[in-house]
Amino acid sequence: MEKFEFNKAERDHIEKIIARYPDSQSAVMPVLWMAQEKFGHVEPDVQKLVAKTLDLPEAHVYGVASFYTQYYKEKMGKYVLDVCTCLSCQVCGGYDMLHYIEEKLGIKAGETTEDGMFSIQSVECLGACGYAPMMQITNDIYVNHLDKAKVDKVIETLKQGKMPEFEPIPMRVAEKS
Amino acid sequence: MQDWRTYEPLLIPSIKDLHKIDVYEKNGGYQQLKKVLSDKEQTPEAVTNTVKNANLRGRGGAGFNAGLKWSFMPKPDGGPRYIAANGDESEPGTFKDRMIFEYNPHLFIEGALIAAYAMSIDAVYVYIRGEYRSWITMMQKAIDDAYAKGYIGKGIMGSKMNCEMYVHMGAGAYICGEESSLMESLEGKRGYPRVKPPFPAQKGLWGRPTTINNIETLANVPLIIKNGSEWFTSIGAKGHPGPVLYGISGHVNRPGVYEYPSGMLITELINDVCGGVRGGKKIKAVIPGGSSTPPLRGDSLDGVRMDADSLRDAGSMMGTAGMVILDEDTDMVDLVWRISHFYHHESCGQCTPCRDGTGWLEKTLLKIKNGEGEIRDLELLLDICFQMEGRTICALADAAAWPVRYSVARFRDEFEARCKKSIYAVA
Repeated sequence: MEKFEFNKAERDHIEKIIARYPDSQSAVMPVLWMAQEKFGHVEPDVQKLVAKTLDLPEAHVYGVASFYTQYYKEKMGKYVLDVCTCLSCQVCGGYDMLHYIEEKLGIKAGETTEDGMFSIQSVECLGACGYAPMMQITNDIYVNHLDKAKVDKVIETLKQGKMPEFEPIPMRVAEKS
Repeated sequence: MQDWRTYEPLLIPSIKDLHKIDVYEKNGGYQQLKKVLSDKEQTPEAVTNTVKNANLRGRGGAGFNAGLKWSFMPKPDGGPRYIAANGDESEPGTFKDRMIFEYNPHLFIEGALIAAYAMSIDAVYVYIRGEYRSWITMMQKAIDDAYAKGYIGKGIMGSKMNCEMYVHMGAGAYICGEESSLMESLEGKRGYPRVKPPFPAQKGLWGRPTTINNIETLANVPLIIKNGSEWFTSIGAKGHPGPVLYGISGHVNRPGVYEYPSGMLITELINDVCGGVRGGKKIKAVIPGGSSTPPLRGDSLDGVRMDADSLRDAGSMMGTAGMVILDEDTDMVDLVWRISHFYHHESCGQCTPCRDGTGWLEKTLLKIKNGEGEIRDLELLLDICFQMEGRTICALADAAAWPVRYSVARFRDEFEARCKKSIYAVA
């Protein structure tokens, strides 16, 4: 069985996180994030590690981990494609993009490809409404203005083990008439 | 009133590299913090009053006077006091605070520190939604730079003021934008909203006095300190003054975040600012301030302005000024079903009317969407809304009910057309 542990440097960093708050319980979210960064998920054994590290009941850590959608409670693909299908993305073709990606990868939203490379999720508003349709990759980079060609390109980049680059949003002013 | 065409942005001015602390300083940055710390007339009470008189209404959705909120904080008793800056920004249709993180983070930091001075705050926690990882990195860099220059920390700018600032990363929960849920989340718990009273000013973070303000709200503070409350009230709509970041999305030619005075005509924002509706189509509906604000019919937009009073008269709300424009081809049943799906997913599950009600709304709308609904299901929807509104700890239930209630009322023909014809006469 895989053993989950924090090393000395990580434990020192956790001490620094705890120092930001009046009590160690408040550090549970940042430490869960740290754990997910390191292990790729926060399965029950990882939750136990977090509980032990912060001297909290396991049930409390489970309660928190299960409440927030971004913590992966089970193993996911190397790249998780979070396709927004909410409101502005919905009316600007978010579902078309989702279905295209599903077809392309041969899996449905909520599933992971057999080679463990990709998972797809249909997610709620990611706060990029003006740049719809869009998706986020593994809780990180936002890819805006999706169309089929762009999806193809992004998936190709990811297959090469590279993340797409951050896309700065140009400042908007009304065009002077 | 100044014409919006000649308005120069103040929150996100087009100055190259303004997010860098040196550039921000060269453009008068942190001078307002210096002013309140060094000018003897700028007592904490005086600063609070200036902001109160400016009638700076919260930009996070509720629209409450920020200075008045500050004045609810009890007198310092020697124990810790906190600000929680709300950058959760999860209301569908809202994507404005990230512009501040990306383009003018120090304006927000300076505003938060002035607020900290006015309320004798020991620490500011900046709560940012977990999805905004890229912007959290930017914000953290800005805070680190401000620490390095002595704007945050011990003895700020050589004064006696001490204040810390930390970023707290959310992890995907819409409800954490609700202020008491945000505090629970900061305390390392599930984001369950708290029963009020006690209000945060009495018993907030870790049981201590706390004020929660939106990111954009705090970013307005240095502008008010610099130019005075009268100047601020002269911008835009009388009852809801100041600059506003309008996040406009949906079926317009040039969607995006635009800064203009409050009280802009919705039609001007669509036609002149955003270049009109895609493909020259007609507007079916406009959601003025995020998914929870009641949609307005496209034929009822004449003269409606983006301020609290005008929108109330029109039958909606300002919310977060995250406008969604929907063209004539939009399927309203589908749209409202998806909004209900969102609220069902995001209900924290604490209160029965919301936990069950959001599910029933979604299920009933799905039935109608799939052509299996009956006319009486429309009455059922309204009844569910009635059973949810005002019966829960926080406003999520109301936020879930309003778009359904008002969409059924304003687009009833469309809902009826999707229902099976009843074999019984409809009263």
